[in-house]
Formats: sequence, C-alpha cells, structure tokens
Amino acid sequence: MLRRALQLGLGRGFWSRGLGTRRGGSTLDWDGKMLEIKKKIQSVLPGSAWEPLYDTSHLPPEHSDVVIVGGGVLGLSVAFWLKKLEQRQGAIRVLVVERDHTYSCASTGLSLGGIRQQYSLPENIQLSLFSADFLRNINEYLAVLDGPPLDLQFNPLGYLLLASEKGASIMEKNVKLQRQEGAKICLMSPEQLRNKFPWINTEGVALASYGLEGEGWFDPWCLLQGLRRKVQSMGVIICQGEVTRFVSSLDCMKDVDGEEVTLKRIYEVHVKMNQSLEYQPVECAVVINAAGAWSGQVAALAGIGQGPPGTLKGTKLPVEPRKRYVYSWHCPQGPGLEAPLLVDTSGAYFRRDGLGHNYLGGCSPSEEEEPDPGDLEVDHDFFHHKVWPPLAQRIPVFEALKVQRAWAGYYDYNTFDQNGVVGPHPLVTNMYFATGFSGHGLQQAPAVGRAVAELVLNGQFQTINLNAFTFDRFFLGVKTEEFNII
Amino acid sequence: MAAPRAPLHLVTPVWSGGTWGIRGLSSAVAPEGNKKRTLLQLLCGYFSGVRVLREYQFRKQLQKVQKKNRSFTYIQDRYGPDIAGAYFILKLGGSVKFQGNEWMGPKDHGHSLDVLKLQAVPVEAVDASGCAINYQGLDNLLALKELRSLSLQRCPHVDDWCLSRLYLMANSLQELSVAGCPQVSERGLACLHHLQNLHRLDISDLPAVTNPSLTQILVEEMLPNCEVMGADWTHSLNPQPEDESQDIASPSAPSPSSRSSAG
Ligand SMILES: Cc1cc2nc3c(=O)[nH]c(=O)nc-3n(C[C@H](O)[C@H](O)[C@H](O)COP(=O)(O)OP(=O)(O)OC[C@H]3O[C@@H](n4cnc5c(N)ncnc54)[C@H](O)[C@@H]3O)c2cc1C
Repeated sequence: MLRRALQLGLGRGFWSRGLGTRRGGSTLDWDGKMLEIKKKIQSVLPGSAWEPLYDTSHLPPEHSDVVIVGGGVLGLSVAFWLKKLEQRQGAIRVLVVERDHTYSCASTGLSLGGIRQQYSLPENIQLSLFSADFLRNINEYLAVLDGPPLDLQFNPLGYLLLASEKGASIMEKNVKLQRQEGAKICLMSPEQLRNKFPWINTEGVALASYGLEGEGWFDPWCLLQGLRRKVQSMGVIICQGEVTRFVSSLDCMKDVDGEEVTLKRIYEVHVKMNQSLEYQPVECAVVINAAGAWSGQVAALAGIGQGPPGTLKGTKLPVEPRKRYVYSWHCPQGPGLEAPLLVDTSGAYFRRDGLGHNYLGGCSPSEEEEPDPGDLEVDHDFFHHKVWPPLAQRIPVFEALKVQRAWAGYYDYNTFDQNGVVGPHPLVTNMYFATGFSGHGLQQAPAVGRAVAELVLNGQFQTINLNAFTFDRFFLGVKTEEFNII
Repeated sequence: MAAPRAPLHLVTPVWSGGTWGIRGLSSAVAPEGNKKRTLLQLLCGYFSGVRVLREYQFRKQLQKVQKKNRSFTYIQDRYGPDIAGAYFILKLGGSVKFQGNEWMGPKDHGHSLDVLKLQAVPVEAVDASGCAINYQGLDNLLALKELRSLSLQRCPHVDDWCLSRLYLMANSLQELSVAGCPQVSERGLACLHHLQNLHRLDISDLPAVTNPSLTQILVEEMLPNCEVMGADWTHSLNPQPEDESQDIASPSAPSPSSRSSAG
C-alpha cells in the first residue's frame, strides 16, 4: 500500500507536465477543470482522508545532482561550497538529508568549538588557517539578505600546549612547521610562562607553544545555523529523513594485470521519512558521506568493506563513534580573562566559559578505557580520576572547584590514524567522504567543504591538496598521523 | 499575463534554474494552487530581481571598505612604514602625529609633500576615530614600531579579530581607545592582556559587551598597571544594588556550549 502510494506520488511529475501542456486557455476555466479532476480522483481512490494530490513538500525531490548524507557542519559546508563554486547559479541541485533536525546527538552542537593551527601535518595547519579566515569573514560568506548578522562569539585567546622534556623536541619541530605555513605561534619557556600566566605550576613543563592569532573557540551552533540559513537561501534543499539504502549499478572491468575489478555507481538513494515506513527514492549522480560518527555505517550501506579481508573491497571505512565527556565547573579563584585553552602534558584540557569563573574541560581516555558508545551518559568518576588530578596539579587553584554539569558527545573517530577522510572511494566511484576528523572536524569544516566541492566540480583539489587524506591509505596501510592529538 | 512577465524573466536569470526550479516540482502538485502559483512566480521573479540587485549592492559596499583598506606597498617600500601608515590614516580621514611634530589632520592630506619631509621621523600617535579601518587595514598600523597612542574610537569595522592582532604593538603602545566600537566585545578585550605597557585604556560605550561593569573589573585585574576607563564610570560611582546582583548572576547564564549540552 505504501509502495503504491509512493508510486502514485511519483506520478505527480506526469500530472504537472501533462496539465502544463494544456495551459494557455482561460485561467478561470482551468481552475474549474482542475477541481473536477480532483473530485474524480478522490472518488476513485480508496479511503477518503488520504489525498495524493496534497502537499508532498516534506518529501525530498526525486532527482538531485548531489545527495549529502548528514546535515552537520561538514555536510552543510560541502553544500555551501558546491553552490558557491558552481559555474552558473542553479547549475547543480543539492539535497542534504539529515535525520534529526534537533541535532540531539550530532557532534557539532556538543563540541567545544575550539580552533587551533597547532598541528604537525601541513594539511591540517592549512585547513585550519583557511577556516580561521572563513570564520573571520563569516558575515561575508554567509550573509543572507535581510538576515541579521551572525554573532560567532569567537574568543581569540589561543591554545596553550604544554610539553614535557620528552615532547619538547617534537613541539619545537611542529612550531617551526606551523610558522612556515603562516600560523602565528610562539614558543615559551617555563620562565616566560610563569610571568605571563602566574596561575600555572610549571613543574614538569619543558616548553610551551602558544597561539597568538586565529586560535581560540567559538559558538558551534552559530556556524551550523549560519550555514543552514545560507545554503537554504542558495537553493539547497534540506530534508528530514534517514538514508537507509543505496541502489547501485555495477561495472566489471579488468585492470592491467587482467584481474577483474567491479566498480560501483550509486544511482539512487532511499530516504526514509521520520516516524514512518515511507521512503522516497532520490536519483542522484554524486553522494557525499558526511554522516559524522555514523559515516562508517553509511559506507557499509553502500557495500564498502564487504569483501574478503585484505582486499580493497574488504577495506572498511574505519570511522566509529567514540564517547567524549565535557565537564563544566565553577572556581571562584580560577584563571582570569586572559586564560587560553590550555592543554596539559597529561592531555587534560580546559578553557574559560563566560565571565563568571566557569570553566569547561575534559580529557581523552586511553584506548583501554574507551567507554561504551551505546548512549550519551556521563561518567562522573572519570572527572575525579582522570581530569581533575592533572589539572589541579597544573593549576593549583583548581584544587577547590565545584562541578556544575557535564555532557557527552561523539567524536567521529578514525581508528586508523585519527585524521580526516576526504575524497571519493576507489570502488564506489561516486561516493565522496568528508568525515573522520576525530575531534577537530568542526574547525576544519569550512575548508574541507571547499576541498570536497572542488573535487566534485573540477575533479581535483585546488586550494589545499588533501591527497594524504584519501581512502586509499586504509588499504595501503599508510598512516597520516598527527603527533599531538587532542 | 505572459507579456508583462517576459521582461521580468530577462532581469532574473536565476529564476529558471534557481530555487524555484526545484521547489517548483513539489508545489506543482497542488492544482488549486495554480493561480496562486502564477502570482507567486510573478512576485518571486520580481523579488529575485531585486535580490540580485541588492546582493550586488552588498558586495559593492564590502568591496568599497576593502579597497579603502588596501596596503600601500609601493609607498611602504619606497618611503618606509611610517610614511605609508600616516598616508593611509590621513587618506581614511584620521589624524597622525609624528614625533616632535604637530598633529596632522585629514585636511593636510593634500600636502603629501609635508608628510614626505618627515621620512626619518616615526609616527607616535594615530587618531583613527570613526574611520573605516578594518582587519586588513590594520596591517598599516602594525608596522609602526614606535606608536604610543592609538585611538580607534567609534570605528564601525573594528572587531574582536582586530584587537587580537594588537599584540604586535605590545612593546610601544601606551594608550589605546576602542570606545564606542560597535563590534568590540569582552572576547576581544581579553586579548589586550598582551599589552603590558599600556597606561590608559578606554573601553567605554561598547554596546556588544554584555556585562560592562564586570568586564571592566576583569580587564583591570588583567592589566594591573593600566588605568581603565570603563563603561559609564559616573554610573559606577554610585553603584546600584540591583545592578550588581545582575552582574554576578548573568555570568552563570548558559553559554553557547551549555546550550548545546541541554539539547
Ligand atoms: C566533546 C567534543 C568536543 C569537540 N571539540 C571540538 C573542538 O574543540 N574543535 C573541533 O574542531 N572539533 C571538535 N569536536 C569534533 C567535532 O564536533 C566533529 O568533528 C564535527 O562536528 C563533525 O561534524 P559532522 O558534520 O561530520 O558530524 P555531525 O555534527 O555529527 O553530523 C552528522 C549528522 O549526520 C546525521 N546522520 C547520520 N547518519 C545518517 C543517515 N543515515 N541519514 C541521515 N542523516 C544521518 C546525524 O544525525 C548528524 O546530524 C568535538 C567533538 C566532541 C564530541
């Protein structure tokens, strides 16, 4: 029944076309005729309440050139750049499918909103520099006529990373690279650190690196909503629904060694509507997998990873949800206005939150302590055992604090090398990835969206070369690793 | 009906392929909406024409500000950063003071020869009140190594990002005013902690600062050697109890990220 309903729904294209050709007669007459036809159809169809000719605007369109799975910050950024870089206005149709418009589990809204250029890979530094520039000009990029300007609430206070003696040489090397790439980072000795931030206990600190420009934190919601507003004004359709199936065509070919290779092409995406069994097939040319922590599942839907282990076909997209906690506490004597986002040698971090001596912080658990990602419950013991002790040691005033609240969110965690996955899949040739950024996806989103749009529209990276982030590395076993992951 | 619509099509190239092209499919389904649709099409065609125009206007305005803020690389290479900086400020309509000289205002801009005579003299004070200086334009000032006093009062394009770059003047800057800048908030003021030589800082009348009195206290704590002229100091001379309680209560109001945690 439902299937039939949909098929009837599909017929709407025919209806509008067929009727359209008869146009041109007097409008009044036309209206009368339409009413008649409608009545006729109503009487023929079983059940009276249901009318196929009524509003189907909640359904996605039947065709779209590009379907983006996931309406988080990465998906929307890809949509934005596709529309921004298209040759002619309206040249490509873009559909964003997001299953939860409240974004209750999405990483974007649950993140800390930090941006830094202190990475060890040139790609990550460049991505973040581009994003900082984007955020600075956000009201140019995301301006909507008559819409109020966005208030990003950017706190340009920098990241302060601390290194022990063991990490000092790596830090020095990283900072050299960061400065070469154009980031404004300086090194500080423990002595300088004590002068600038007297509230830090520099015991065990050999070196610190401190971001002077373009680093800090901002309101992730503002970026998300700003992108949503903008892409909608550019003609992108955002529809609420879940992508449950990909229908593909197969192409068998032989490679140079005479071995058979099966290339897949997705030509239809099934979008299941929320709270119903109804689904809409959407014909498309390109699919973007920007489903964040769930992108591994979405890739599996397209058959990625279903093959004998050790082959390209059997190589999974190694992105999975990993639960991370954020705690908020109050400390009346805590660091003042100048406090940067501090990352301790232990990996625990904190930043100021507003003006009332409130602070946010946390720590990534070790591989053995990974909590079960089944739900978003917060483990309060984790704060007492893993976060508080190192922070109180580093910032003695934190000995006395009061935890006020806490939340958990999912990292879109790349288990292979904790870095992003960008670009097409080698076998499912029209599925592009924009995912796996494991804790720095928010800040990279503006730049990654552009890189993916360039790939889709022009076939190659133009602004920033992200060849190190393509899927091939999982099969080849070549890691693209960072030497300080927060 | 068709005839009057035709010219509208001409002005609105986006109409056919734009938003309507897509939405059109689904809205075409409701047949009784037919008459409404033509009317809507008409309006939409009309409006998107206006929209294109206004978007163009918006871009033009931005470009105008950007053009004003370009660096004078030629002058900088030929005559040094101080002449280039002074020339930039005078052109924007501000005033500059070279060491041991009188203030020069925008009306002196014509006498560029006067400026050129001061080639070896550093600029020690800049008053850019009300000028259209922005993040880019600030480059011209950051190169002034002996700038002691800077006024950015009521500059519409000066924002927190601009303040985050003033650390480059930390060695020389002693007086700074950002009073009346509509885009400056406590987040940008927090970056001024780099300016440890600052004696005087004017942060009065900043509409984007949510808690002016509390912010002033925190800035004073951050810059202990600096006289901070804050929001409405007359007002804080006779403190009102409600006012104070509000200041203490609001910091605990949910921050952006706490909003997200609730979701
Ligand atoms: C506690 C925490 C702190 C963080 N701090 C930072 C930080 O300081 N700086 C930083 O840059 N990054 C940070 N991150 C990481 C950052 O939040 C993520 O990398 C980023 O938000 C990923 O964006 P996304 O759009 O890929 O994912 P999401 O925002 O999760 O969006 C994915 C969307 O896809 C939808 N979806 C999934 N499957 C389907 C389907 N089948 N059909 C339809 N829709 C689907 C989901 O509903 C979801 O809304 C943090 C993350 C956490 C958890």
